[in-house]
Amino acid sequence: MTELFEFPLYQRAILATLIIGFVNGYTSAFVLLHRSPLKLTALSHSLLPGVAISAWIFSLGVLSAFFGAVIAAIIIGVLTVLLSRITKISDDTVLAVLYTGAFAVGIMVLQLIGSYQDLEAWLLGNILGLSDLDLWMSFGVGIIAVTMLSLFRRAVVINLYDPEVAASLGIRTRLLDYASFAILILVLVTTLQAVGCILAIGMIVTPAAIVRPYVSTPETLFPISALVGALGSTLGLMLSITLGQPAGASIAATLAGLFILSVVFRTVLPK
Amino acid sequence: MSHEHHQLNLSGVAYHYGVKEALRGVDFSAHCGQRLALLGPNGAGKSTLIRLLAGLLKQQTGTIQWRENSITKARREIAYLPQVDRHQRHFPIRVRDVVAMGRFPHLGNLKRFGKVDHAKTEEAIATMNLGNIANRQIDQLSGGQQQRTFIARALAQEAHVLLLDEPFNGLDIESRCHLSDSLIDLTNSGHLIIASHHQLESVTQIFTHALVLDQKQVAFGKATEVMESDAVKQTLHSCHPHAHDRAL
Repeated sequence: MTELFEFPLYQRAILATLIIGFVNGYTSAFVLLHRSPLKLTALSHSLLPGVAISAWIFSLGVLSAFFGAVIAAIIIGVLTVLLSRITKISDDTVLAVLYTGAFAVGIMVLQLIGSYQDLEAWLLGNILGLSDLDLWMSFGVGIIAVTMLSLFRRAVVINLYDPEVAASLGIRTRLLDYASFAILILVLVTTLQAVGCILAIGMIVTPAAIVRPYVSTPETLFPISALVGALGSTLGLMLSITLGQPAGASIAATLAGLFILSVVFRTVLPK
Repeated sequence: MSHEHHQLNLSGVAYHYGVKEALRGVDFSAHCGQRLALLGPNGAGKSTLIRLLAGLLKQQTGTIQWRENSITKARREIAYLPQVDRHQRHFPIRVRDVVAMGRFPHLGNLKRFGKVDHAKTEEAIATMNLGNIANRQIDQLSGGQQQRTFIARALAQEAHVLLLDEPFNGLDIESRCHLSDSLIDLTNSGHLIIASHHQLESVTQIFTHALVLDQKQVAFGKATEVMESDAVKQTLHSCHPHAHDRAL
């Protein structure tokens, strides 16, 4: 397996996986404490039409993809609240209707702009095909996400624990929610390029779930999830190369396998 | 700590949720050393008043002053204690960390958690007798222990005013007695306690003062006098047909 490190293509992919895995792992602690993985699944699918339309108008880049993704997420978010209020149907149901609808529109836009052949890359990602710019963008987004979540972790944790107590302690909870939302979208957009919008959820949810049975404080959950995200994802990539399997699928499957192992060990090991 | 000259003044306070009036005509003064019960039927405006005082609702009408300044300038001195069990279940956090949250108004995000903060946190843990369970997860505690943890957080915050939302709800008799003793100790050390309360029989045992609400202020004064008023009896007992069944 060591020969993998000699090929520049694999070196780049391993570096990208380490960075994206670390950032997703760190962010996964937030997602776990926020209890929002299903909403995040909806969000990741909702981003597709935004990214596709943005690519159509401005040509594809991480920046244009980000703004397209933000606009799509805001439209879906606002429509969900609005339609749920008007119809009295639960927001989960409305969100499920809208995200599948948005995803479908995204597929049609890709067909319209002649990028339908890229659909597989959108859905499943292409971590072996990342450019230097993509890698730098992942690195930049990672630094922003990890720095922001670390700097404001005290407020973030109180807000996740009990938003009303947070507000009474003087924390600007609404601003914090919006900032966290923006960070999640940034991380999702860079992950989307690597492993696609479906498997991205595995990277941004699973690491903290693997770690959770063994930690008792948020202060340990964040950094250990980041390490597990980086190492688990890289293990998945190396297995994919060795076994000739798609990288994104192998990463997501490895993380899921580690989660099962983690639960089994926790059950067997004395507390 | 003695803050007896520190006074809370409300004048003409009203609140509307959209077009629905939740509260009007609230005028009273309370000072440190008092224990004030907020009484009234469901929907009377008790929670609205607590949330206004805690800064969770934006003030619409009237004035709320603490130590002769707008209450919005005194967030650090006012602690809000929600009902136990309303925080997120299975959140990985220890008792000590919940108490340490009280230091946030002093530190913000960027200041280091220093010696003073450690000392205040440990002092609050010791005052509320939480030393032997300080490293336990908050979800492993009973309702009474959680309530003590929240009071310790308010002490770590160095708050003068403690706002408690139905603090006796869901507690067993022993925990109720302990909580009652803790509230008395807190006012003896100079805090002002304001708590919404349902158990009418125990009002005069626990509280020094009472404010009766029914979407407007019905009565305010010393607990013993308020509870004897005919208007108050009519407001409260008409909504508590089985009040006599519930003892402290």
